Amino acid sequence: MIQHIIILPIINQLFIAVLLMFFYGRAKAQRFITVVGSALNLLIAATLMHRVASEGIISMQAGNWDAPFGITLIADHLAAVLVLLTSISGFAVSLFSVRTIHVKRVNFGFFPIFHFLLAGLNGAFLTGDLFNLYVWFEIMIISSFVMITLGGRKAQIEGAVKYFTLNILASVIFLTAIGVLYGITGTLNMADLALKVPVIENRGTVHVTAILFLIGFGIKSAVFPLYFWLPASYHTPPAAVSAIFGGLLTKVGVYALIRVFTLIFIDDLFLERMLLGIAVLTIISGGMGALIKNDIRKIFSYFIICHIGFMIGGLGIMTQTAIAGAMFYLIHDIIVKTNIFMVAGLVKKLTGRQDTRLLGGLYSTHPLLSLLMMIPLFSLVGVPPLSGFWPKIWLFEAALDGGFYFTFAAILFGSFITLFVVAKMWKRVFWGKPLKPDSLGFALFDDEQPGAKFKFLLPIILLSVVSLYIGLGAEHIGNLSQTVAGELTNPQGYIEAVFGNVNLQPYED
Amino acid sequence: MEILLAVTVGMLYAAGMYMILRRSLVKLIIGIILLGNGANLLIFILGRITKGQPPIIPDAHKFFTEAYADPVPQALILTAIVISFGLQSFAIVLIKRAYKVVGTDDLDEMNATDEEI
Repeated sequence: MIQHIIILPIINQLFIAVLLMFFYGRAKAQRFITVVGSALNLLIAATLMHRVASEGIISMQAGNWDAPFGITLIADHLAAVLVLLTSISGFAVSLFSVRTIHVKRVNFGFFPIFHFLLAGLNGAFLTGDLFNLYVWFEIMIISSFVMITLGGRKAQIEGAVKYFTLNILASVIFLTAIGVLYGITGTLNMADLALKVPVIENRGTVHVTAILFLIGFGIKSAVFPLYFWLPASYHTPPAAVSAIFGGLLTKVGVYALIRVFTLIFIDDLFLERMLLGIAVLTIISGGMGALIKNDIRKIFSYFIICHIGFMIGGLGIMTQTAIAGAMFYLIHDIIVKTNIFMVAGLVKKLTGRQDTRLLGGLYSTHPLLSLLMMIPLFSLVGVPPLSGFWPKIWLFEAALDGGFYFTFAAILFGSFITLFVVAKMWKRVFWGKPLKPDSLGFALFDDEQPGAKFKFLLPIILLSVVSLYIGLGAEHIGNLSQTVAGELTNPQGYIEAVFGNVNLQPYED
Repeated sequence: MEILLAVTVGMLYAAGMYMILRRSLVKLIIGIILLGNGANLLIFILGRITKGQPPIIPDAHKFFTEAYADPVPQALILTAIVISFGLQSFAIVLIKRAYKVVGTDDLDEMNATDEEI
């Protein structure tokens, strides 16, 4: 019974989503429930993290069907960390949505869908079964379709058509890969696959399956050359939706890549080289894209792509240091990407504009707010000692140790270009002459009551504090990343945790 | 039977890809539907087709003595069909809405979100 805590993060989100539907059309009650529910989920995730940290990997067999026949739920350090980060981001975004999501969107069911999305995310991180992973992916993307189209403005619908098509295509490719893998191994349990895939003689089919997984997850995590849907759609929905998308949805793709390529398709030199090539091109193309855009959220969208490359690069090098670096970067990235999209929302609320060329002088009119916004922006760049700095040291070290000079150069280039673009943005948005705000039919920040202002800022402050902790408490996060990397590079513990608690009683005749 | 199904799957994938690459929104949806059906059939073939052998162990034995029809792929297909049904109905509503809001069903003209800023 004690391992049933694994399922709580999923059940809790589903329960809140269903509960919210009973309050359909009552915006105030929904806002209250979503904040309380997210706080509860944060508590559950923290407990799960604590349990995993103190007792090791926890696993559970759904319906008591022994592995590999039933669906396995498993929380190792990687899954527990990601569930915790999802809860932190989810809590911040639910606070942010209270003030920023218009009552009309709330009345069309924004909050239930938001919690279904989080349930899908938690499920994807916690499952130990490939087909179940597909199902959680589908729950997640169908919720994200609703969230991106809710409101139905022209730009949203146009962005949604692209987002929708590419994500469906990714799902079909993922499903095809699952089908082929089931055909050659006869199992879908990831731990069982880890035992069976390396001994298959027909390596050609295994390679093709691995490539199919790479393409399917590659579209979802927006790597080169499969990322074009992302900058076409992520800037269209409200800031809260962009925040949860930018912080978490692409990271699920990265998680799936990490899981599949450290557990199932291992010791494959061709794939590792391919991941490195993809990483280098992703960093360069994402960086270049950020360089030429002027809309704040478009710049951030390209930053997502650019920084996905860092993690894929770490995965491609495949040593423990590199994976620890990628893991640390993932932890930093989820928090900071959620935060910068909320900052973009704040800039829009302050000035009514998104185009950096039409902004200016925020520092002279709002010095304290500018300092607050500086934290996520500089964390993103990785100004020491903020959070983006530490993982890069490990990535550099791993790249130089392994002789991957192209990856090293690309990560360096990506960091510089991030610095350059953020500096350019800082100059345009925060320095210079203040411009008259341009209200497009919503109350500007300065006209709000102090209480409302505080509620608006609270999630940004919260995530900035978490970001500061990741940067200043880098030792703890570093140790955690090393533990995760240790588990990933040596999956024996994961496999034993799945098969270990099998009920070995003989069947009665 | 396997050969026939394999050819069908290949054709469904090819036709689906081709339709997705067309410019019309409606053809895009048809392409997605064809691809989904292709994937379902693929799982069906890869689960090995065994005719007239239900996965039930006879009374006299403790385990399967002959090849049996694997029930897992069928369960997977059922799940996948339900999911793709939901996605497709969403897709159809979305393209109807897109046609109304944007005023065109030509994907080449839906480029406002890609424009330079």
